[in-house]
Amino acid sequence: MADTTETLPLTAEKGRFSETLERVRRSSEYVVMPILALIVSGILFSIFLFALGKSPVDFFSLVWRGGFGTSFSWQNTLARSAPLVFTALCVAIPARLGLVIIGGEGALVLGGFAAGAIAIPLIGVVPSYVLLAVMLFASMIAGGAWIGCVGALRHFRGVNETIASLLMFYIAVSILNFFVEGALRDPSDPNKPSTAPIGSENMVGFIPGTDVHWGLLVGILLCGLLYLLMNRTTFGFAAQIAGGNLRAAQAQGLPVGKLMVISCAIAGACAGLAGFFEVAAIHGKANASLIAGYGFTGILVSFLARHNPLVIVPVAIFLGGIAASGGLVQRRMDLPDATVLLLQGLIFLVLLVSETFYGRLPFFRSKGAQ
Amino acid sequence: MSKFQLNRRSLLQNSAAGILGLSAAGIAKSAFASDLTVGIVYVGPRDDFGWNQAHAVAAAALKEVPGVTVVEEESVPETIAVQKSMESMINLDGAKMIFATSFGYYKPFVLDAAAKYPDVEFRHAAPLWTDADPKNAGSYFGYLDQAHYVDGVAAGLSTTTNKLGFVAAKPIGTVLRNINSFLLGARKVNPDATVQVIFTGEWSMPVREAEAANALVEAGCDVLTCHVDGPKVVIETAEARGIKCCGHNASQAPLAPNGFITGAEYKWETIYKNFAADLAAGTVLPNFTGGGFDVDFVRSTPYGAGASEAAIAAADAARADVTAGKPIFTGPINKQDGTPLLAAGANLDNYEPSLDQTDFLVEGVIGSIT
Repeated sequence: MADTTETLPLTAEKGRFSETLERVRRSSEYVVMPILALIVSGILFSIFLFALGKSPVDFFSLVWRGGFGTSFSWQNTLARSAPLVFTALCVAIPARLGLVIIGGEGALVLGGFAAGAIAIPLIGVVPSYVLLAVMLFASMIAGGAWIGCVGALRHFRGVNETIASLLMFYIAVSILNFFVEGALRDPSDPNKPSTAPIGSENMVGFIPGTDVHWGLLVGILLCGLLYLLMNRTTFGFAAQIAGGNLRAAQAQGLPVGKLMVISCAIAGACAGLAGFFEVAAIHGKANASLIAGYGFTGILVSFLARHNPLVIVPVAIFLGGIAASGGLVQRRMDLPDATVLLLQGLIFLVLLVSETFYGRLPFFRSKGAQ
Repeated sequence: MSKFQLNRRSLLQNSAAGILGLSAAGIAKSAFASDLTVGIVYVGPRDDFGWNQAHAVAAAALKEVPGVTVVEEESVPETIAVQKSMESMINLDGAKMIFATSFGYYKPFVLDAAAKYPDVEFRHAAPLWTDADPKNAGSYFGYLDQAHYVDGVAAGLSTTTNKLGFVAAKPIGTVLRNINSFLLGARKVNPDATVQVIFTGEWSMPVREAEAANALVEAGCDVLTCHVDGPKVVIETAEARGIKCCGHNASQAPLAPNGFITGAEYKWETIYKNFAADLAAGTVLPNFTGGGFDVDFVRSTPYGAGASEAAIAAADAARADVTAGKPIFTGPINKQDGTPLLAAGANLDNYEPSLDQTDFLVEGVIGSIT
């Protein structure tokens, strides 16, 4: 306070330097707070482990080893992160408009189903890159339309987007089951109802030298693109204003409805892509294995990344690593599989609580503003 | 301000010490020192009173074998996660033998892992292996319909309404075969008996299983059995409604102290111990192994309070017959729509391959596949 006035007579250069320092200190809040939240949840989780008579040191070293300790662990982690990047984007983009979409799993399921279904008449008829391109667009359109509907329902009918997207997940699962166990079922597989396999020669391959499919790289590129869209374009700026104050945005003449529907459609298309890669890179066909919870873990990723598309990538890798180590923890420490879910839940809870501390800790407060 | 910095510094110091401690612990962790490490992957919790528990009971028995270490992982979904879990067991635990116990694990995950790790033996719990698949992969299966037949005999003598109820998951080959065998058992001792079946459409859907069980009781059924992953809900509902029941997969006797008759149980431990012994002896493992009472792969749950003297005597006799190879499918048998399946005097062997692909219900079963 006093020192700001004192620096005035000094050189302008020094003033600019302390200004930058000040800005860094203030914006560091967005980095320090999530890390603090992680540490606090780690401590709470350690207390839980102590109560069970297990050693937290063992636990965290196993998490390290299972998730990041060896090159195999890294591949395991990255393979699990890929779908999370897409489903996290499904939460992050509408979040700029203040919309909380938690039904990305539904768009993933439908996107995967659309990819598997549209492939049926094309398998063996068209070259594999055409087949994959058609599947890719089908999945994006299906996912985009699905979450786009959520945005439209919100704008035109005032339906709460959180509830709508969650309930629509159940509809998506029913649609998948209806067709996969009925009209589109592959008769050659009597036991696991699925669409016809696209064939290993048509599948999306792995990044050379790894067993991680190309979806991860696509996801990272998409995060970059969507970061630019949301932060460096008029569309993103308008979305941010609408998210900050809907009435004010309307008063400014911003097309709020259009923004909402388009953002939701982009979000749904991202989740649909996750479904595409599940079908085209992993299963080779659409079936109930699409419902694996990636859409729901994506919510956690996005919140942990504070809905910033660039931060989503490291956070998805972090949570993918926790998931990857879950098996090792189970096997070595004789803990139930729910243990890592509990850790994830604790992280989410502490993170939500930490949200209430923003702007309240004196260290991050601007001196000048006081 | 300075006080805060001091805290922060000490915090950093502490966490640095923590990280050092963690990595030291990670290095100190050595591999298991034993002759054979077996990895077992389950799709659900190990205490589900059903499919997974049946495998977990066998895993516990396998642990008793000297020189065998068992590592287990539960609730592993039928996605890339299962392949990573198996690889993690191989890479981080040194597993030389993997049992993948859920149907959807096989294609593509077990096949891919088997191709990638030719030195590791993979066995999968469903009759899916073909000559085209890797030689270090294979299938093992218990023909549970033999035990359902014995259940049917006991149930046929336990009903007063002549209506038996069957809660079934999906209308696929193995499930339909169990329903048919249950009816044939009941008809053997009680020609008026019918089996009313309700399909829930999912392997594990407790709410719908409870609704189905209640609906069957309302329809006049006085003995219930089921083919779902976890029969707990069906058995508990039957007990609560004051009727009798037969179990499935594992022992549910503790859930129904009044009405439990007997149950159809897998005895995977026979298979697991056979495999472990073969590996220890250095003999080549069979790619397919399957059987019923005759090779001790299935068993009947010990009789509960719901079993009458007559039912026990008839069920014991039926089990002795099946063990001796007497066929379950003895003509005349019609399909549900009245078309003949077997003429009088004709019969099907209990291991007749076409029964694996059962796509019909026999006359006397009420309910539709579609």
